[in-house]
Amino acid sequence: MASDDDIFCGLLRLADDHLILGQRVSQWCGHAPQLEEDLALSNIALDLIGSARALYQLAGETEGKGRDEDQLAFLRDERAYLNLLLAEYPNSDFAHTILRQYYFSSFQLLYWQAALASALPGLAAIAAKSVKEAAYHHRHAADWVIRLGDGTEESHQRMLAAEANLGPYLGEMFERDALAGRLAEAAILPDPAELQAAFTADRAAILARATLPVAEITASQTGGRSGRHTEAMGHLLAELQYMQHRFPGQQW
Amino acid sequence: MVSLQTSRQRARAIAAAVPDPEIPALTIADLGILRAVEIAEDGAVIARLSPTYMGCPAVLAIELAVTTALQEAGFQARTERALSPPWTTDWITEEGRRKMAAYGIAPPASEGRAPACPQCGSASTEKLSEFGSTACKALWRCTACLEPFDYFKCL
Repeated sequence: MASDDDIFCGLLRLADDHLILGQRVSQWCGHAPQLEEDLALSNIALDLIGSARALYQLAGETEGKGRDEDQLAFLRDERAYLNLLLAEYPNSDFAHTILRQYYFSSFQLLYWQAALASALPGLAAIAAKSVKEAAYHHRHAADWVIRLGDGTEESHQRMLAAEANLGPYLGEMFERDALAGRLAEAAILPDPAELQAAFTADRAAILARATLPVAEITASQTGGRSGRHTEAMGHLLAELQYMQHRFPGQQW
Repeated sequence: MVSLQTSRQRARAIAAAVPDPEIPALTIADLGILRAVEIAEDGAVIARLSPTYMGCPAVLAIELAVTTALQEAGFQARTERALSPPWTTDWITEEGRRKMAAYGIAPPASEGRAPACPQCGSASTEKLSEFGSTACKALWRCTACLEPFDYFKCL
């Protein structure tokens, strides 16, 4: 049986993935390698933050303590954020950013497809909207992975480095802990473990076209789902939460 | 009941005429984002709106514009966000597509087809970027007249 608290925490995990990755991707605004990609990354960040808003609203309603999307997004301590470690991974270079985006979009596309059947109507509605956006991001990022992997010697080397660095973070996406198990059994959220086979197949196909080797997925870096983050998270939150800490309750 | 029906229709006409803040040549009815206009039990007009994209910054501006337009016409009004069924470019009306092209934005083409140039009408066009100046647009170029143009993404 999934309690309201379970549903709240499950929705927070999902919302935090989108907010934190959206914040990361938005850091490229004005810095991308070309104008078109600057627009693309800013648009992707906007979509991610849009999904996060809707998820925080739903989470806040489920919690029933009057917390709104801004309070959930800005006024929690680091240990209360439940995002995947992959989402907070530093932008590094464009190869890391685009491979991280490909991995997340690929996972999220499968996740939203499964969430269309959620027993929680509010979540099924968000899934129906976000699945289309995730498909668009997936196609864009996969095109870049192929182009950079099968590109110049330099771009190939950078993609190899990105793959080696991000690989250890993939296993966490598919972890089915007790909470994820209860939510999956109640058909509230998809079972992350069930998405791994389709993700692995898509990844193998894209990396093969990118002439990149495919390392097996292992869960060596994990902890984000229970609030244990990497060193990078504090720096990200300092920037994200600055305005609300400096001017509490400030609104646009 | 006749008067309720009449005021619902009047409210619908007012909401439908609100222009889109990003593409002011089109109304929100042309874009298909005005899903319904109803009158609640408390007498307030409720306009149901579907966002084009989850993070579209125009969503709040549109909600505010609709509420304001209805209030100025003497209605008590509020908006509701309708995520499901999700908005699709298929909901853009024929009139909306015509206005969009006249405004210089190529309307969504059917899946896999290249849009025609909104400037010279040539079918020989190429994609520059999958993402454009707003969440709902991509950037294309005409290889006949060489002008770049916005393309309203098919969703």
